[in-house]
Amino acid sequence: MYKILAKQELAPNVKMFEMQAPRIAKKAQPGQFVILRIDEDGERVPLTIADFDREKGSITLIFQEVGATTKLLGALEAGDSLLDLVGPLGKPTHIENFGTVVCVGGGIGIAPVYPIARGMKQAGNHVISIIGARNRDILIYEEEMAAVSDTLYIATDDGSKGQKGFVTDPLKQMIAEGKKIDLVIAIGPVIMMRNVAEVTRPHEIPTVVSLNPIMVDGTGMCGGCRVSVGNENKFACVDGPEFDAHKIDFAGLVARQRMYVDKEKKHSEHCVSKKVGGCKCHSH
Amino acid sequence: MSLSLKKNVMPEQDAKMRARNFNEVALGYDDELARAEAERCLSCKAAPCRKGCPVDVDIPTFIKHIKEGDVEAAIASIKEVNRLPAVCGRVCPQEDQCEKFCVLAKRGEAVGIGRLERYAADYARTKGERIQAIEPAPDAPRVAIIGSGPASLTAAGELAKKGCRVTVFEALHLPGGVLMYGIPEFRLPKDIVQAEIDNLRKMGVEIEVNAVIGKTFTVDELMEEEGFDAVFIGTGAGLPHFMGIPGENLNGVYSANEFLTRCNLMKAYRFPESGTPIHVGKKVAVVGGGNVAMDAARTALRLGAEEVHIVYRRSETELPARLEEIHHAKEEGIIFTLLTAPVEVQGSEGWVTGLKCIRMELGEPDASGRRRPVEIAGSEFVLETDTVVIAIGQGPNPLVQSTTKGLETNKKGNIVADEETGATSKPSVFAGGDIVTGAATVILAMGAGKKAAEAIYNYLKEKHKL
Repeated sequence: MYKILAKQELAPNVKMFEMQAPRIAKKAQPGQFVILRIDEDGERVPLTIADFDREKGSITLIFQEVGATTKLLGALEAGDSLLDLVGPLGKPTHIENFGTVVCVGGGIGIAPVYPIARGMKQAGNHVISIIGARNRDILIYEEEMAAVSDTLYIATDDGSKGQKGFVTDPLKQMIAEGKKIDLVIAIGPVIMMRNVAEVTRPHEIPTVVSLNPIMVDGTGMCGGCRVSVGNENKFACVDGPEFDAHKIDFAGLVARQRMYVDKEKKHSEHCVSKKVGGCKCHSH
Repeated sequence: MSLSLKKNVMPEQDAKMRARNFNEVALGYDDELARAEAERCLSCKAAPCRKGCPVDVDIPTFIKHIKEGDVEAAIASIKEVNRLPAVCGRVCPQEDQCEKFCVLAKRGEAVGIGRLERYAADYARTKGERIQAIEPAPDAPRVAIIGSGPASLTAAGELAKKGCRVTVFEALHLPGGVLMYGIPEFRLPKDIVQAEIDNLRKMGVEIEVNAVIGKTFTVDELMEEEGFDAVFIGTGAGLPHFMGIPGENLNGVYSANEFLTRCNLMKAYRFPESGTPIHVGKKVAVVGGGNVAMDAARTALRLGAEEVHIVYRRSETELPARLEEIHHAKEEGIIFTLLTAPVEVQGSEGWVTGLKCIRMELGEPDASGRRRPVEIAGSEFVLETDTVVIAIGQGPNPLVQSTTKGLETNKKGNIVADEETGATSKPSVFAGGDIVTGAATVILAMGAGKKAAEAIYNYLKEKHKL
């Protein structure tokens, strides 16, 4: 069993767990993820390691309640335990002194960008970060990102915080101004990562994104997370999750992510009708 | 004394009924049938059956105990060398192992050795067998076993019996390897697998799940930081092969590993009670002709598919699956579309709609001795289907090899290990099972685990002056 040490609500439906996981904390590197299972009937769900504390032996997970499993997860409290937690999985982010690195985080994707930005800063890079969300209420990690970035841009769809628009806007602006960018790292919704890739592609700026396909085992034994990269099939769980954004078949990725949309609805309905695990997620 | 030339028939669930449920197909012998089958054994002194068993079960002795009605003595005798008899009795290809050498097989049907082993194991389990805990000395050598499939579990049991402190590391959340995620519930009920593994725990074997060696620890860390004196690698052949044809990433296309893992390990057949979904349409095509293909096809049927095809590029005689599995699949209504090879998965709006195939004919024998399938020009056709399961084989997962310095692998990525001892190119590290041989059978993996345990013990004896 893996204990939840602390829980915090970062934004509506966005929760943070600090998990007791000494083994994972000892090995975790920015860019890696874990797979968890809540209970006996639970499915295996991948979540990026948002942070880790080697001394305390804990890792931080941040998730958005989007379906039955994340809602069940969100209903757990500090002191509760998860049945299974395995990691760190996937390849770590390649961190070195590239020069100027732009770290882009969208929505909940800001959380996994944070340790990468921190690592890039520690490696001596000039770090420019762009974070964005639909509105100010769901913008997370603003202070944390400011602390590890030389410059921080904020964009919200409705303009309620920072500049109105998308995270691609400050990026386009920098490129237009002729700023030298050595690497862009973007994590967020697929549509956002694809848009970032399209902005940097004509300028041949190396761009890395972290993919979030459906996974089962997370150790390379099933190929459920396969994605076409440069016309070659890769398993995101072992070959990634980070890949060269200019080589990814984003359309294929989006289609595969939608494979179980109907089934997920059915699972949610089942959980509501059964109130599985004392789920409190439907009271608000 | 007149001897029946035929095995006593083992009761089975009716084919029509069972094709719609996940309950075990074969129901097993009762006491009377078991006794009658045991009576068929001639108790020959030479016992040729034993040379067909990779773990050398004393077959005539355990059968003699069943004859005498002392089933507890029978299971004790089997467990001297085999700690997974309920598994072996169910999934070993006995026709190629012990039963192949039975003297009765020359004139009729061999003694049902597998069925009797299964009977003894089930009897012991349901009657509540007592397992003797083995207390290793506090300073006994420590062995880390990587993976918890048949090779690893056998090695773990043997080493624990010899007094070593054994820890098994498993990447998934339940131990058992292919016994849990691969072989379906209707051939090998999962509570039986866990009961057999629990017996190993009672003996003193420690099992740690959610530990991915290569990520959570490396092999070198196990020895240098975690204090293990030797390591056995039994990580199997769990890397699925894809065909490399267009359309393979469409929704509705699964590797057999994913399809079976969702169903067996994650219990997707109980969805939505179980949180893991699975997609099965009306018409399913399973590509391949081995046991994994049969398992996937029969699973698809039980998940509600109306029509399930086995698509195989050679003919019926070359099907690598066990005859019994092919027979069961046919009884249940699986359609065999033979001499047929897929060339493209067709789709619409991201989902599979059909499998474009080409007809084949058999040409000259190839390097493997089997007649090579050759395409018949212009014979392309489309098999209408909404689910495709690819069961064309698996390779070794590279996670351990790629993170272990000094571990020699071959061209295919398998670990190079001595056939007799399992010794690898790296000191203190041994390997066995599918990770060395490529995908084979449960019992061969167990044989390799047993041999390696012997060699590891000898090595530790030398090293620690035991």
